[in-house]
Amino acid sequence: MYQILHKEKLGPDIWLYRIKAPDVARYRKPGQFVIVRISENGERIPITIADVDNEEGSVTLIVQAVGKTTLEMTGLNPGDAVPTVTGPLGKPTHIENVGRVLCVGGGIGIAPLYPVARGMREAGNHVTSIIGARSADLLILEDRMRDASHEMIITTDDGTKGCRGFVTDSIRNLIDIGDSFDLCVAMGPPIMMKCVCDMTREYGIPTIVSLNPIMVDGTGMCGCCRVTVGSAVKFACVDGPEFDGHQVDFDELITRLSTYRNQERESLERFGSESGCRLDAVLEGGRA
Amino acid sequence: MNVKDRLKLPPVAMPEQDPKARIRNLDEVPLGYTPEMAMEEAKRCLQCRTPFCVEGCPVGIDIPGFIKFIEDGDFKGAIRKMKERNLLPAVCGRVCPQEEQCQLFCTVGKAKKDPCKSVMIGKLERFIADWERTSGEQEKPAPVKPSGKKVAVIGGGPAGLTVAGDLVKYGHDVTVFEALHKAGGVLVYGIPEFRLPKEIVQSEVDYLESLGVKFRYNYVIGKTLPIAHILENYDAAFIGTGAGLPRFMRVDGENLLGVLSANEYLTRANLMKAYDFPRTDTPIVKGKKVITVGGGNVAMDCARTALRMGAERSLIVYRRAEEQMPARLEEIHHAREEGVEFHLLQNPVRLVGDDKGWICGAEVIKMELGEPDSSGRRRPVPVEGSEFIEETDTLIVAIGNSPNPLVPECFPELEVTRWGGIVVNEITGQTSVPGVFAGGDIVLGAATVILAMGHGRRAARAMNLYLSSGRWVDLDKAMDLCRAEVH
Repeated sequence: MYQILHKEKLGPDIWLYRIKAPDVARYRKPGQFVIVRISENGERIPITIADVDNEEGSVTLIVQAVGKTTLEMTGLNPGDAVPTVTGPLGKPTHIENVGRVLCVGGGIGIAPLYPVARGMREAGNHVTSIIGARSADLLILEDRMRDASHEMIITTDDGTKGCRGFVTDSIRNLIDIGDSFDLCVAMGPPIMMKCVCDMTREYGIPTIVSLNPIMVDGTGMCGCCRVTVGSAVKFACVDGPEFDGHQVDFDELITRLSTYRNQERESLERFGSESGCRLDAVLEGGRA
Repeated sequence: MNVKDRLKLPPVAMPEQDPKARIRNLDEVPLGYTPEMAMEEAKRCLQCRTPFCVEGCPVGIDIPGFIKFIEDGDFKGAIRKMKERNLLPAVCGRVCPQEEQCQLFCTVGKAKKDPCKSVMIGKLERFIADWERTSGEQEKPAPVKPSGKKVAVIGGGPAGLTVAGDLVKYGHDVTVFEALHKAGGVLVYGIPEFRLPKEIVQSEVDYLESLGVKFRYNYVIGKTLPIAHILENYDAAFIGTGAGLPRFMRVDGENLLGVLSANEYLTRANLMKAYDFPRTDTPIVKGKKVITVGGGNVAMDCARTALRMGAERSLIVYRRAEEQMPARLEEIHHAREEGVEFHLLQNPVRLVGDDKGWICGAEVIKMELGEPDSSGRRRPVPVEGSEFIEETDTLIVAIGNSPNPLVPECFPELEVTRWGGIVVNEITGQTSVPGVFAGGDIVLGAATVILAMGHGRRAARAMNLYLSSGRWVDLDKAMDLCRAEVH
């Protein structure tokens, strides 16, 4: 069992957990994820590791309640334990000094972006970050991202913080004022990554994305997480989760994420009626 | 009883659940022998002086020996005899292809010119294992003096469990690292409940634990702990990570919704208990008309699981003819009894989706048998212009698995074949790295549970020899000396 050491609310339905998993923490590198299972009958879900603390032997996971498992997880507290935290899985981010790096994070995607941005900065890159959310209260890790970046822009869809609009608007603004980048790292909802990639392709900026397909085992065994990258079919769990964003078939990824939508809703509603949870907000948000 | 009378006895059939009832539940299909049935069946064994059946057994069970005990009603003696060679009889009695192994060589079957009339060795094996588990008379071997040597077993499937069980009996300190949250490998994620109840696998794992084997779950070696950690902290290691990499057909439309690998389908259904959704959290695709592509045991498992998940029609689409299906006769028979339709000499060439991205059909081409290929089976050849659309809402790809590349990828010193299998000395299981052994499907490619266990058995002998002598070079020659014993 893996003990929850710390829990912190970052926004509505967004929680940060530090969970004790010393071996996972010791060997994890930026870009890697864990498979978490929160109860004996629980499903296995992938969560990218946002940070580690090797002193207390913990991994930091940031979770938004978007489905039954993530909602149930918000009911867990320090002192509780979960049966599975397997990892660190996937290939680490390829971090090297390339010059100027643009880090773009959207919503909960800022969590996996943070260690990559920090790694890029530590490797000697000049890091510019754009982080965005639907509104101010959903924006996470602002301070940490600021520390990891040389400069940072905030965007919100509704203008409650920073620039009103999407992260892509800010990318265009930066390019328009003459900024250039050697690499872009984009993490967030698939549709955001798709839009960012369409834009950086236009400007010829190589772009890495971190994909979040449905997984079961996370070790290359089930093939559930297959994605089309260029002309090849890849397993995100072992070949990724990071890929060349300009080669990814995002439409297929988005479609495949809907495979179990009806059952996910059924499971969530059942959980809601049993636990008396307020589900309207969660159901409205859909799968991140 | 003399040989002539024994030869007159017909095989004792094992009672089974009615096909119509069983596709509505997940309970085991064959119900097991009663003690009386087992003793009756045991009478059919001729107690041959040269038991050919034993030569057909990858782990060399003393078959006439344990059967004699059953005939005499000494079940304790029978299980003791069994466990000299096989630690997992409840599993093997259910999933071994006996008709290709022990029962193929049985003198009774030969005399009757029909291997189906051989002594029902597998059913007797199952009986005696179930008797032990349910009688509460499980015996444990006497504790042995600790050797002071530490062994890491990577992968808790059939090969790894066998190695662990054997080495702990030699007094070594054994830790099994399992990537998933349950031990058993294919026995828990692949083989369905109705063929191998998970409670049985768990009781075998519990038994090993009671002997002192340690299990570390959720440990992906090469990720959670680097290979270097294993090499530094353990005196020897065994890699049994299996053939977990699913093959796909590489046809258009394979990433449509409703198209999935057998591994995914079975893992959701078995390991994750999706059959109990939404009481459990893992969903599964519940198709009305399910096509399973392939002709092996895994394909049969998928097609039969689909019926239990509520499919109205479950089709096997296989590119060769029935005689060439690699599945066991019993599995084909059970599938047919349950209403699985066999569409033979057919092969999907393209999958078609609807406007929501779900599969709605498979373009299938008819095949005919041509000249024999390298496997000796007649090669299936497409019949030009014979394509047609088979409507479907779910398609499961069960055309085989390749060795899991995860450990070899993290372990560059390890020699592997072109297709990703670990290269080993066939007698000892030694890899190219001193102290590291391997066996099972990671060496063989997708094979059988019992072959993996045979590998584990031989590797455990070699590992024990290595741990006690420190000798790596010519280990196979040293093994040769005790080969008669190893079988």
